[in-house]
Amino acid sequence: MSENTEKQERFHRREVQRAMVKNARKAKIIDKIVSIFAIACVILAVIPLTSILIEVIKNGIAAFNWDFITGRPSAIGRAGGGIGPAIQGTLIVVGLATMIGAPIGILTGIYLSEFAGNGPFPNGVRFFNEVMTGLPSVVMGIVGYILIVLTLGSFSVWAGAFSLSLIMIPIVSRVTEETIKIIPNSIREAGHALGIPKWKITLFITFKSAISGILTGVVLSIARIAGETAPLIMTILGTSLFFTGFNSPVDALPLRIWRLSSQPYESAQTQAWGAALFLIMLVLVLSVALRLLAQRRGFAVKAEI
Amino acid sequence: MLILVAFAVGEGALPIFSQEGFQFITGTDWNAVYGRESFGALPYIIGTLLSSAIAMAIGVPISLGIAIFVTEMAPHRISTPLSFVVELLAAVPSIIYGLWALFVFRFWIRDLIERPLYEHLSWIPFFDKTPFGLDIFTAGIVLSIMIIPIISSITREILRVVPNSQREAAYSLGATRWGTLRTAVFPYARSGILGASFLGLGRAIGETILVTMIIGNAIGPAAIPTTLFSQGQSLASLIANEFNEAASDLHLSALIGLGAILLLLSMVINIGARLMVSRMVKAVPGGRE
Amino acid sequence: MPAKETIKPVSEATGPMGESSPLKEISVRTVETTKRIDEPQRRSKVSIKGINAWFGSKQALKNINLEIEENAATAFMGPSGCGKTTLIRCLNRMHEMTPGAKANGQVILDGIDIYDKSIDPVVIKRRIGMVFQKPNPFPTMSIFDNVAAGLKLNGVKDKKLIKEIVEESLEGAGLWEEVKNELDKPGMGLSGGQQQRLCIARALAMQPEVLLMDEPTSALDPIASFKIEELVHQLKKHLTIIIVTHNMQQAARVADHAAFMYLGEMIEYGKTLQIFQYPKQELTEKFVSGKFG
Repeated sequence: MSENTEKQERFHRREVQRAMVKNARKAKIIDKIVSIFAIACVILAVIPLTSILIEVIKNGIAAFNWDFITGRPSAIGRAGGGIGPAIQGTLIVVGLATMIGAPIGILTGIYLSEFAGNGPFPNGVRFFNEVMTGLPSVVMGIVGYILIVLTLGSFSVWAGAFSLSLIMIPIVSRVTEETIKIIPNSIREAGHALGIPKWKITLFITFKSAISGILTGVVLSIARIAGETAPLIMTILGTSLFFTGFNSPVDALPLRIWRLSSQPYESAQTQAWGAALFLIMLVLVLSVALRLLAQRRGFAVKAEI
Repeated sequence: MLILVAFAVGEGALPIFSQEGFQFITGTDWNAVYGRESFGALPYIIGTLLSSAIAMAIGVPISLGIAIFVTEMAPHRISTPLSFVVELLAAVPSIIYGLWALFVFRFWIRDLIERPLYEHLSWIPFFDKTPFGLDIFTAGIVLSIMIIPIISSITREILRVVPNSQREAAYSLGATRWGTLRTAVFPYARSGILGASFLGLGRAIGETILVTMIIGNAIGPAAIPTTLFSQGQSLASLIANEFNEAASDLHLSALIGLGAILLLLSMVINIGARLMVSRMVKAVPGGRE
Repeated sequence: MPAKETIKPVSEATGPMGESSPLKEISVRTVETTKRIDEPQRRSKVSIKGINAWFGSKQALKNINLEIEENAATAFMGPSGCGKTTLIRCLNRMHEMTPGAKANGQVILDGIDIYDKSIDPVVIKRRIGMVFQKPNPFPTMSIFDNVAAGLKLNGVKDKKLIKEIVEESLEGAGLWEEVKNELDKPGMGLSGGQQQRLCIARALAMQPEVLLMDEPTSALDPIASFKIEELVHQLKKHLTIIIVTHNMQQAARVADHAAFMYLGEMIEYGKTLQIFQYPKQELTEKFVSGKFG
């Protein structure tokens, strides 16, 4: 290298270093600001959660007693009464939705991961599945109304379960597919090497290894649909009676909370909080269970690899 | 299945579109009285978009901040339980957000934010209305609280996908943490973060019960927001409010028509979001799902 | 990180390195008091003193002492897992960025201990460039922006200066002739070897005094590797280069000095020729003759 370029290089080195020194303080300050911003965001997000939990527990406990959990709602404006039908209704509708949605979702997921490959059709199914996950639940309610309520002629458990299962299917199939995908191929190949037919491998080897992951998906979607309100308005309608049959309206917790909260009476509002406490416990218990399941699955997968 | 959904909603909405035509989208009247029926969806489209826009304006930066904190700053000891808490927040049903907003949070908003804004800044048209707490502004804020867990958990996953070699490249050039984020992480994750935001937007637009409880439920031309503190109405909330009381088939069809608009809106947003997220995962070598 | 105290050392650390710098005298003195394993021909640029490093509770480096000569190439070699990558990452404090990793000891660069509490690790990385195992250009940036990234990050705004430095750095990395007409194309479009040289150019643009290369050719084909080795020969005229490699031939080809490491310990350090031809330790002899590794 000639002396000239060397001189030039030394000049550059100095220039760059000067600029950096000038910038160092500013960069530090910006860095601090960003860090503080990030921490502030976390605090901002945690405040509402804490407040929600505190309020729900504080106000909900006041309403809790045996009659509240098992009793029927009293007439509007009258104190007392319970959310028995709502609890029962939620369990029935969500249970029925799971019975419809989970098998369909799981089968779709297995189809997509094990049999479909990467053609345009399965990719299309995958894509629309994902889009469906993001559709507003109220639209699913409308679909349930048009297809079931109008056909059967009355608001019904069927319609509610159908709408909720529409929400559930894409979630379950997505999780199923993802879980099966991460099962190492060597397990499958071991099966093939033994000359086992593909359907048997899928059922007894792949599915068995993936079962906890799939369960996670199912629980996740149950937690999700148990809290849905909007689609229930136009499908199961809500009632203050206990379950009378699959073709008639039932109540559900979210619906009951909504109705209670819109009444101007304090007793109703207390009951709304009580119902909220029950619902939040239901959902959080499911979520925490899900978390534990997911963790176990993590360990299981690690052990396999 | 999606086709089934689209077909069902389309069929239900057909009568109102044939009755009102394009007027259904641009009209502002909402009259269900027999013989003088007239339905226009414009105020509710505006209400939906405005409340979602507020939710995004508040929710996206905060979500980003949380995701940055969890992936880039916090030690494992803090970040793991924190992600857990944020995920719990995502699991809380919207009806509970609604209940909390209706009985607790709206008073905070009214007294701590809206009142001062109104008293000191009412010369700005946005703020020129006596705040009541049940309005588009509150709805937007509560929506933002609801979508923060969703956006931040997806963003967190996306930031995790950014390979460490990228961060190290920036650090080795003497970048600060922010410099690294700006140079190596954000460009890499840009489309993914955008996609995550759009998914959040999809949720905000479609959210029904929460909005119904706090947006103020105005009807007809009055539902066109003139200030941030006006009572409004979104597409979804109007459906929830009137579905069981629909006076006529046409009224019902109008509500389903709102659903059709909502479906279309959210489908566009969702498809856009998915394409962006998958483009990021595919386009960048070394990027994995 | 104490923000206040770091400001002053920053300016000292990155200030002009004139002959009259008092810092240099300190460095000379510290060098003289150190017991040398090998007599450097010129002065020592980096001296490593008692470095220990951990991943969680696992100790990866055990009391490493080493003098690195200025404007020469030094190779760290050894079988995988011997700690050579960890050691090089300790030299610019990159090691501690890994969650759970920590290190202590002294690394003295021109008389300044980079592990001193008053030193900002960010500033250290501006003076010590690094090239990684796998080429890692910024995928969203053009070739030009990749090279300019470090300058822009550190607040250099002068467009003309940036342009000059980018050109110079690409020339320095032997890439200029190949890319001079496509500077605005994405860096990811280049071949693996070109990408690695782009990363070298990116590091050179920062005008570093020391360049760390962590197995820079392990992801490359032989021809691309050869070009990188050629480059090392060019660069070491003006730069102190430390290169990690598990490839003995490579170490023999490029390095003036070589250090052999095993299980986190420095087994032997000396002139490359001596290490390869007259190893003092049995382990080294086994390694260089290919009996294990």
